Amino acid sequence: MSTQPRPMPKVRSLACPNCGGTVEVRGLGRTLTVVCIQCLSVLDATTPSLQVIQQFRAKERFRPLIPLGVRGKLNGILYEVIGMQVRQMTADGVAYHWSEYVLFNPYRGFRYLTEYNGHWNVVSILQALPQAATRGIRPAALYMGATYRRFQGYQAATIYVMGEFPWRVQVGESVQCDDFIAPPRMLSREQTSDETVWSLGEYTPGAVIWQSFGLKGKPPIPAGVFANQPSPAGGQIGAAWKRFLVWLAVLIFIQFTAMLFHAGKTAFSQRYSFTQQTAGTHENSFVTDVFELSGRISDVEVKVNTDLDNNWAYFNLALINADTADAYDFSRQVSYYHGRDSDGTWTEGGSKASAVLPSIPAGRYYLRIEPEMDTAAARSTANSMRYQIQVIRDVTTWSFFFIGVVLLLIPPIWKTVRGGSFEQKRWAESDYSGGG
Amino acid sequence: MSRPAGNCPNCGAPVEFQFSSAVQTTCPYCHSILVRQDVDLKKVGEVADLPPEISPIQLLTEGIYKNKSFRAVGRIIYQYELGYWNEWHCVTQQGESLWLSDAMAEYAVSALVKPTKPLPDPGNAYRGARIEWNAATFEITSVNRARYLGVEGELPFEYWDKSEMVFADLRNNSAQFGTIDYSESPPLLFIGEFVSFDSLGLRNIREFEGW
Repeated sequence: MSTQPRPMPKVRSLACPNCGGTVEVRGLGRTLTVVCIQCLSVLDATTPSLQVIQQFRAKERFRPLIPLGVRGKLNGILYEVIGMQVRQMTADGVAYHWSEYVLFNPYRGFRYLTEYNGHWNVVSILQALPQAATRGIRPAALYMGATYRRFQGYQAATIYVMGEFPWRVQVGESVQCDDFIAPPRMLSREQTSDETVWSLGEYTPGAVIWQSFGLKGKPPIPAGVFANQPSPAGGQIGAAWKRFLVWLAVLIFIQFTAMLFHAGKTAFSQRYSFTQQTAGTHENSFVTDVFELSGRISDVEVKVNTDLDNNWAYFNLALINADTADAYDFSRQVSYYHGRDSDGTWTEGGSKASAVLPSIPAGRYYLRIEPEMDTAAARSTANSMRYQIQVIRDVTTWSFFFIGVVLLLIPPIWKTVRGGSFEQKRWAESDYSGGG
Repeated sequence: MSRPAGNCPNCGAPVEFQFSSAVQTTCPYCHSILVRQDVDLKKVGEVADLPPEISPIQLLTEGIYKNKSFRAVGRIIYQYELGYWNEWHCVTQQGESLWLSDAMAEYAVSALVKPTKPLPDPGNAYRGARIEWNAATFEITSVNRARYLGVEGELPFEYWDKSEMVFADLRNNSAQFGTIDYSESPPLLFIGEFVSFDSLGLRNIREFEGW
């Protein structure tokens, strides 16, 4: 395979009419103004003599991060860097400046690159007009089906120029800019008395620019959050919540399947009545008949259902294996109060209680029950109750389900919080920072 | 299709027309601007040297727009306050006239249409004014005074004697494009759309050294 040497770009070298220095023109007849960097003159490239349009002063000689004359491919199109301007805006008395590079291809025209604090945007001029809109109470712009939210408005003044420009650039000139964002894209409107130009920027990592233009070293590390910088959480927040919903559906499915397979058989059910003796010596405990718990080792639920009304009762309970005498002790308090006060009716507690005993082997069991009510109360009628005891074998427990839901919630909530703080940093730089 | 031909009244060179309804052309040898009067050609001026503006399109560049092949047969170069632009006069195989404009390598194709509503007069053509044509609504985005900087090839009108012309540029939300040309009365309306260089499949274009 033979490799042909790539032809060098045709550069016209002209003499600056002001200082005699060499001025290179790469823009092949599209260039309207060219800058003599030796004597800081803006020259009219359309006149054969390069008439001087302006001589400017610069506090600082800015150096482009991408040298003029360097070529690189963006979206498959080869461009040459032919110019750079530094622009400045002032917000709250602080001046910020950024760079804008002019990229040129003689067939496909111009593109621009903007760079601020290590944040890069590839910019093209729009031909279709975005539509004015509002999002909530803020102005927005609609373009190609996407809504761009207004970010900020400012005056951008050109403070330094070098190379070539396809318009009549002048140092000191300023335009009214308005930025609208839909990360990673940004719409910008630049207005002068003569025209309104809309452009579309696409946030591009410095590393991509470095690779495209074959630059040495590493791109500057971006500082802060830029207006249209895509959030690292970005699409991940939505994706995390979608994943959460998928796993929640799986969990619900498992839970309902478990409920289908868990028989929930009533192994024992009996009604009792109880009256508290005022003398405290009376033994209240008794045992039930023996009942059968069948199947594999699983849960047992003991339900207590009372007719308590503005009263309380305490149940000491034990599930005892009739053959091995293994006992599972537990207790439940039931209290139910209700009434009416200045705020209306109120209720507290309930007349039912339940206890789930995990991992009970099959076998013959009985319950020991010891109810207890208020002995101090002098009311003769109230300190008695009727109640029902039910033993249900093989119930479905919900605790694992709820623990699962909580664990599944952690990643989407974490991502939402992190994404929120990124958005806060982004909008802190906008006209809508709230606190100012 | 037989092409009308004649001889340059200035140098006698044969002048052939690509476009049967061309009214004006330039002699490729002596650069005289020639206007067709019945069967004769009349010299009405001479082309000044073309300005340094460079378009990748040239006479006889061919391309395809909306499945119709076209060929560039003429051009007008305009200069205005913010720069220059080229209007390439193209003719399709079916003999229709199209205008391919190249304004700083921003390309648009348009054709002369009949206004469906009266066009504003030049005094009422201001930025932001709405213009309707058929179902489309446009906005005037700029009004420019242009000077005619050069011509070459065949044109459907006589453009040689115009000095300053007012143009209103029209745009809308869907990359359609229009121009109101106030150099005639009533004004002319051109409607079309912005196109990308690559979508036209151009052949016989100008080569740029190193590109």
